[in-house]
Amino acid sequence: MTKRLNGSEIVLKALVDQGVDVIFGYPGGAVLPLYDALFKQNAVRHVLVRQEGGAVHMAEGYARSTGKVGVVLVTSGPGATNAVTGLTDALMDSVPLVCLTGQVPTHLIGNDAFQEADTTGITRPCTKHNYLVRDVNDLARVMHEAFYVARSGRPGPVVVDLPKDILFAEGPYTGPEKLEHKTYRPKVKGDARAIERAVELIAGAKRPLFYCGGGLVNSGPRASELLTRFVRMTGAPITLTLMGLGTYPASDKQFLGMVGMHGMYESNMAMHDCDVMINIGARFDDRVTGKLSAFAPNSKKIHVDIDPSSINKNVVVDAPVVGDAANVLEEMIRVWKERKYAIDVKALDAWWKQIEGWRARNCLSFKNSDTIIKPQYAIRRLYEATMGKDVYITTEVGQHQMWAAQFFRFEQPNRWMTSGGLGTMGYGLPAAIGVQMAHPKSLVIDVAGEASFLMNIQELSTAVQYRLPVKAFIVNNQYMGMVRQWQELLHGGRYAESYTASLPDFVKLAEAYGLTGLRATKPSEVDGVIEKMISTPGPVIADIVVDQTENCFPMIPSGAAHNEMILGPEEKKGQPVSEEGMVLV
Amino acid sequence: MPDPQQINRHTIAVLVDNEAGVLARVIGLFSGRGYNIESLTVAEVDPKQKLSRITVVTSGTAMIIEQIKAQLERLVPVHRVRDLTKEGAAVERELALVKVAGIGDKRVESLRIADIFRARAIDSTNESFVFEISGATDKLDAFIRLMEPLGLVDVSRTGVVAISRGGSTL
Repeated sequence: MTKRLNGSEIVLKALVDQGVDVIFGYPGGAVLPLYDALFKQNAVRHVLVRQEGGAVHMAEGYARSTGKVGVVLVTSGPGATNAVTGLTDALMDSVPLVCLTGQVPTHLIGNDAFQEADTTGITRPCTKHNYLVRDVNDLARVMHEAFYVARSGRPGPVVVDLPKDILFAEGPYTGPEKLEHKTYRPKVKGDARAIERAVELIAGAKRPLFYCGGGLVNSGPRASELLTRFVRMTGAPITLTLMGLGTYPASDKQFLGMVGMHGMYESNMAMHDCDVMINIGARFDDRVTGKLSAFAPNSKKIHVDIDPSSINKNVVVDAPVVGDAANVLEEMIRVWKERKYAIDVKALDAWWKQIEGWRARNCLSFKNSDTIIKPQYAIRRLYEATMGKDVYITTEVGQHQMWAAQFFRFEQPNRWMTSGGLGTMGYGLPAAIGVQMAHPKSLVIDVAGEASFLMNIQELSTAVQYRLPVKAFIVNNQYMGMVRQWQELLHGGRYAESYTASLPDFVKLAEAYGLTGLRATKPSEVDGVIEKMISTPGPVIADIVVDQTENCFPMIPSGAAHNEMILGPEEKKGQPVSEEGMVLV
Repeated sequence: MPDPQQINRHTIAVLVDNEAGVLARVIGLFSGRGYNIESLTVAEVDPKQKLSRITVVTSGTAMIIEQIKAQLERLVPVHRVRDLTKEGAAVERELALVKVAGIGDKRVESLRIADIFRARAIDSTNESFVFEISGATDKLDAFIRLMEPLGLVDVSRTGVVAISRGGSTL
């Protein structure tokens, strides 16, 4: 006979059976029974956040740095609506989450009850799937299904909406082992013929380029190992998207750096000129492709993706393969070896020569200063100080994010947490807290801008409460730097509302929250502050006061093609952005 | 080679779990991604397994139609998606109830045309008829157009239902 439990106990038992050790949440009326059940047990730790939005980003940081499903618990109404941004973020970046939301009792649903919101209605477009549990007999199955859906195929966020009476009602518990989903069975094994065709294309290439993304992170560390092996076998260059950084060792000479709007000159030029593009786990995002009509115009394109809807969505490809990256890579390597393929050495040499020419432009160079801290300098020094350490980097969104992506060089996946698709300011601090929960002994740094940092600053209190030694490295230029940059380039330097007056004193603010606050205002102080930040055992805010007018280069102006990159400030003049480009954001 | 920018009308059949919110998911997908819905019908077709069949008539370029299919297949409660237009012959039917109000010659004429179209009068008063007509969409369009000068006052249409010809199933 199956054991009968009440709804809250069923939820908790399901969490334990799914291997959950920590959840991020905030209590409220509708979830009180669940909090009562949490109180009576020790298997699942709860991290009390300061606003529900923070909880979702923490779960994202936890999930992206571990490969496990992140779990969120919030109350009904405002608890659920506050979670919406994080859920959308997780959907865009394919992060596996299960978000449990409280709901008013079933008999009150639809009555505009206190703290009632149509949570499944609101979250339908921003989740991979969602459930409203109306019968306690379905609860155990729904919980296990939620985890299955969140982590399978292309991962994503799943909401389980739990009416309060369901949490009190008694019902049966069934374990996860019995679950077989009726409809959702994503294809992980790539079609053999499609893989053979793709490998043939690679073997015949003269100017091949691997272009890989976040799908490799989600496929697991084995995918990165296989990718590294395969890329080395072919001798071809590789570029990674923002979300894919770390899936190929950045120190390897075949790695060209990041691709896209603020990617490396050599990556974008190679994208434009390649004759065979091997996309694994990337989705031809508009920040990567630039002007679609001029995107890699002379290339045959291979696209490996676990999500069939990603294929031929933005760019028509020649050789699609639907499947999990690790599975497909394993097959690709097998076919490559079996047929003793090799890319034409002469052509490959010529291709590398061309790439070395682009590399020699040294696109990340910037004019440093003795008197004012250049943001690039601060971020580069931070990277150099943390190189080789057990370090995890999160970011907020904006210029600092792009500089971090350019200057940090990751050797492994799961070390880089950033909001790519949605571009959510305020992501970095809570994400860092989530990462630190999963990796208590590691160095976790949020590379932040001051404007983004203010968006979820309340979570400093969470970091202090749980003694999480996260480091916030604020590149403070008092502007929403990326907004300011675009206003300079596109809107005649009219800096409408992009300057933040009355910023707090971040050092005093750190002290008020119970953290250590540090500040650097001169280039000579940067190294000392970084060293102090790293050696301080608890959480730290390092306020790095930088040049307010610095812009992030290189840059593909919107509406332009990859080979129309701007390398630095001296090039930007006399290149008016097209009207089409203005509209593109 | 067909023009990739050519916009075509496609009838898509979708088999889904008949659960709360499933229709909202399908409709939300179309509106959220800017796809066009020309007509949409839904009803339970297998009460034992609780399956519903949705028929959507949409239009778009070949690339968009492929996207629509892939996006529909991605929805968790969706069992199967078929592009009936692409996958060969299918029969399509629609039903309409058409109310015509009038007296005298126009009234007689409406009855005569209804007869030609094999529409049935299923309600009548001294100054109105309700006709029931079924058939392909353009047949219904033609009937309704002819009724306009004869006192057409109200139309209710089901939207298209479709099924493939021959022995194959969804």
